[in-house]
Amino acid sequence: MSDIKIKIDSLYKIFGKNPKEALEHVKQGVGKDELLEKHNHVLGLSDINIDIVDKSIQVIMGLSGSGKSTLIRHINRLIEPTAGNLFVEGSDVLKYDENTLREFRRTRTAMVFQRFALMPHMTILKNVSLGLELQGKEEEEIRNSAMKWIEKVGLNGYEDRYPQHLSGGMQQRVGLARALTNDTDILLMDEAFSALDPLIRKDMQDILLNLQEELHKTVVFITHDLDEALKIGDRIAILKDGIMDQEGLPVDILLNPKTEYVSNFVEDVNRSRVLKAKHIMKKANGTDLSKGMPVNENDFIESFIDKVVAEKPEFIVVQDSNKNNIGSLSTKRLSEVLKK
Amino acid sequence: MSFFNEIPEMGRESLRDLKKGIDLNFKEFSRSYGDGIENFFDPLLMFLVWLEKLLVNSPWPLVILVLAGLAWIGSRNLKLVAGTIVSFMVIGYFGMWEDTMSTIAIISVATLVCIVVGIPLGILMSRSRKIEAGITPILDVMQTVPSFVYLIPIIMLLGIGKVPGLIAVCIYAIPPIVRLTNLGIREVDKECLEAVDSFGATSWQRLTRVQMPLALPTIFAGVNQTIMMALAMVVIASMIGVKGLGVPVLRAVSNQYLALGMLNGLAIVALAIIFDRVSQQYGKRLQKHREGRNL
Repeated sequence: MSDIKIKIDSLYKIFGKNPKEALEHVKQGVGKDELLEKHNHVLGLSDINIDIVDKSIQVIMGLSGSGKSTLIRHINRLIEPTAGNLFVEGSDVLKYDENTLREFRRTRTAMVFQRFALMPHMTILKNVSLGLELQGKEEEEIRNSAMKWIEKVGLNGYEDRYPQHLSGGMQQRVGLARALTNDTDILLMDEAFSALDPLIRKDMQDILLNLQEELHKTVVFITHDLDEALKIGDRIAILKDGIMDQEGLPVDILLNPKTEYVSNFVEDVNRSRVLKAKHIMKKANGTDLSKGMPVNENDFIESFIDKVVAEKPEFIVVQDSNKNNIGSLSTKRLSEVLKK
Repeated sequence: MSFFNEIPEMGRESLRDLKKGIDLNFKEFSRSYGDGIENFFDPLLMFLVWLEKLLVNSPWPLVILVLAGLAWIGSRNLKLVAGTIVSFMVIGYFGMWEDTMSTIAIISVATLVCIVVGIPLGILMSRSRKIEAGITPILDVMQTVPSFVYLIPIIMLLGIGKVPGLIAVCIYAIPPIVRLTNLGIREVDKECLEAVDSFGATSWQRLTRVQMPLALPTIFAGVNQTIMMALAMVVIASMIGVKGLGVPVLRAVSNQYLALGMLNGLAIVALAIIFDRVSQQYGKRLQKHREGRNL
């Protein structure tokens, strides 16, 4: 249906002295704990398969130690896998030699780090310029694009300061600007907002979503926060102990958790706040919808539930931004979704 | 029973033969290669002689001005500059000007040699654990073997003069800069390295843009240590023909001239304090980005 940008195919990563040998045990079904106890190897990732859709935000979620940071580092090969394949637009990234890999990292991927990883000895401008400077671009061009992105993330006036003088949220804006300046089609975000205060985190999420609306990059976003995952993810993959428990649309994960781990994860989520009308509607198939109470497809349940209670409509009609009726939603379905 | 009272010893004769053999072989070696090695160091000797002559022959106010200027560039501290000027005036007043200039010349050249050789060695060490494991014991030996012991082969090889003195100083003074370069690079934040890798840096870019700048304060602490240790070798180096403040100290020791020894000793201390403060201040300024105030 959609284009696959990044294809991760039965990827394994085992840390230890002899990962190849340990891999055989893992393939025979030895689990993480047993592998560590009996064979003294750490299972990082086990049989990971994800197709990441072009121009979408793919969230990879898991608690600490689940292997999510390991997984994202495979995409630009900061970590080499023990076994498996990785394709970006059909090109086999694991076959790249040193030069091709460097070129790939320079022009195709850019990364944002959990603890910012800014260069303390460089000004904000120099930090943001880093990627282009490594490529040996013209000074004028570097400065122009760096300033453009510094402005876009709202840091104009700070370009001559050093990272230490900025708050955490501002530092991560620098990290984001640094990644965007490289103008790559893939953006790797490793718990990029996890170290920030909740309010600032929300700001950064909004900045990212706004930018994504105009940039349409393929974003791989790591997080341990389900609310964050549901807010920004087009699709979500859930990792546990190096194994992928479930992958799918946010609404599927929320409404049809496949494993106990996932259902525990989603249990406490306030559904009215994360589910949008379009997620739970029944597609319109020619029936007359004119009598329903209209809501926008992107409205969260939370935003229209009061109105539903007050007006007691027969049903709700879901519209896109051009006021076309695209689906319907019965009050029964609505209460079911919220009850579960 | 006598086994427990007397430690097993190799026979006297064989021990003597062994020592003789080593000596003879080394003499043989120095006879055949000594000249070649000496020639190899000729450019260094010429540079040292040139610098020494320059310092001694230039008008003293100019020299003091230049030294004060260097102190200012290094420290940006007026007190230190004033201290430098006063110290050199006093040194000159007590008749130690020429010796002090000679000492500054050899310290400068020795420090320069240590930097040029030591920093690349330190970088090499930081790149692999094996190289580190190989070089570390050598540095340990260089720092702990009494300097008189390595003076012997140096003298046998190169005779008495400035170059052997310079080499002796360098052997003693180079370990800190090698160690601290290695340490500084190894201590660079792994996340910064990961970040620069993720943007596609070559290993040269990674070294010059991230590792070296971030390690610089530590490396500079090594330079500071190297200068201090070179100064500490001044007296010993004068035993094998290096001119400078060590010569009168040596004379004072053998003739019990208390005042002469004290004065020259104090001149060495004054040099040490000036070099130390200036280079430390400079090192601190290298990390100005770590301060909150520098805007």
